[in-house]
Amino acid sequence: MAILEHSAPASAREDAAPVPTRSRQRPRLTLRRVVLQLFLAAGALAMVYPIIWMAASSLKPENEIFRSATLLPEIWQWQNYIDGWNGLREPFEVFYLNSFIISALAVVGNLLSCSLAAYAFARLDFRFRTLWFAVMLGTIMLPYHATLIPQYALYFELGWVNTYLPLTVPKFLATDAFFIFLFVQFIRGIPRELDQAAKVDGAGPFRTYALIIFPLLRPALVTGAIFTTIWTYNDFFSQLVYISDTARYTVPLALRMFLDTTGESSWGPMFAMSTLSLLPLIIVFVLFQRQIVEGISTTGLKG
Amino acid sequence: MTSLQIRRPPAPATGAGGRRTNTRSSASRAEGRWGYLFLTPWFVGLVVLTAGPMLVSLYYSFTDFSLLSTPNWVGLDNYERMFTADDRFFAAVRVTLTYVIVSVPLQLAFALGIAVLLNRALRGISAYRALYYLPSLLGGSVAVAVLWRQVFGREGAVNVVLRGLGWENPPTWIADPDFALYTLILLRVWEFGSPMVIFLAGLRQVPQEYYEAAEVDGASPVQRFFRITIPVITPVIFLNAILQLIGAFQAFNSAFIISGGTGGPLDSTLFYTLYLYIEGFTNFRMGYASALAWVLLGIIAAFTAVNFALSRFWVHYEDGGR
Repeated sequence: MAILEHSAPASAREDAAPVPTRSRQRPRLTLRRVVLQLFLAAGALAMVYPIIWMAASSLKPENEIFRSATLLPEIWQWQNYIDGWNGLREPFEVFYLNSFIISALAVVGNLLSCSLAAYAFARLDFRFRTLWFAVMLGTIMLPYHATLIPQYALYFELGWVNTYLPLTVPKFLATDAFFIFLFVQFIRGIPRELDQAAKVDGAGPFRTYALIIFPLLRPALVTGAIFTTIWTYNDFFSQLVYISDTARYTVPLALRMFLDTTGESSWGPMFAMSTLSLLPLIIVFVLFQRQIVEGISTTGLKG
Repeated sequence: MTSLQIRRPPAPATGAGGRRTNTRSSASRAEGRWGYLFLTPWFVGLVVLTAGPMLVSLYYSFTDFSLLSTPNWVGLDNYERMFTADDRFFAAVRVTLTYVIVSVPLQLAFALGIAVLLNRALRGISAYRALYYLPSLLGGSVAVAVLWRQVFGREGAVNVVLRGLGWENPPTWIADPDFALYTLILLRVWEFGSPMVIFLAGLRQVPQEYYEAAEVDGASPVQRFFRITIPVITPVIFLNAILQLIGAFQAFNSAFIISGGTGGPLDSTLFYTLYLYIEGFTNFRMGYASALAWVLLGIIAAFTAVNFALSRFWVHYEDGGR
């Protein structure tokens, strides 16, 4: 994000018409531009068509999904949503609530622990700082399989399997080191004069962090919160590994269970719940599109 | 992450170095203590959840660990079995390498192609960007994997259309060992939105004067693309390649959902991560799964290293390389 500030003329105003010099060509290329628009529109439609098709099918009776080629349902089968919502031993509000609880805890953990570490790396002088920073960067690319089995054994010994602790406690220990890096970059863009002024006023490092840096870090914290939410909500693997009790299932686990129990026999309710499960992601995307795009384009965050 | 290389911020931003006082006063020693205090959560995580488990995982890979009994040292047995007696291991490697080698270049090609088309003054540009990006956000979810399973099923939407077009016996896609993996590759390629966004940011950094000069010299759009755009954005291509490569090696959700957790038909979608999961958490051969994890780590490290080694031949940094 701090990077972004430095290069603001080019990338901060994403939607501004970027290339003034090309505009003089515009009259000459009218036909070409129309063709380009049509091509891009067709491509965009093709890209989102599968999602639209699923949403449309979620409102159709079973036999119509397989028979009809038209998008709009002949019969609007809202019952699919009711059947799907109550299709498992627990209703879906339980799974949504579970997913949201885990996501919220993960957000709090990531923002606190990663901003603490980032403040130390960006502002404090201590021995081996460069070394530890390099170690931190190294852990970002580490595949989770490298630590998976011993972590599972550890949580098993602690009696944490089938609780949310394995999914949330690590976030309070800054294991998503990516966000440390993101916050360090941002803190470097905050003028040091602010810290110095606080120091003159007698504030120690902790008060400087809490009263100056943390509030100013807000844009980066928002980015961190959005990506933590998306990743946690979309996560399937660690939830699959750690959660076995249906009442504690999250949305992805519930969908998978739905698929296993109803098999190929009830696509309508299956699609209804699948479509609904994408809704939170789409809402987050619509609300925070700018932050998501900036997060990806400035740091390579996985979207 | 390394996209800061192409942005060249005025202040050097890499590394944690920076100002360093020559004499360590008592004030700076106090600051040192504060530094470690702030890092405490991270240190605990590093020792307990990263470094410790990595060492333990290496140890487990030489044992018959199965969670419930104490691990017995078996030396290189796990590795020996993997490379000499385990057909499923080779299937997993073959499937994963095919997946990575086919999907990553295709995905990057789509990402770059669309980014180039979108990198101009265009009506509705942000709507296009959002729509092309969206599958990247949703594609990894269980919901979309469920959708794929229906669409490419025996009686799925694709075959309904194909039969409608007069093809009596279309392939059964996810039920056909020859096609199942390619439906997963298609799903991956469809998620080209996030590299596309990174390309778009990179393309905006290409100096306009280059294009103007080339136009004066009469270069065609195709020439401009290959002679200017591509060379200038090689660092971004490299970054995207590394990110997507590492991501593709770890893909799991789509294969798990679409094959019902088996990697079938005939192990044709047995991703390496899926095999590791089956061995570790279904068969409880956790020692063996640890060995699998270390081999995967080696494969990913090797691919990344080769990429970095090759990069000096084709990646050009504007400021003369770093």
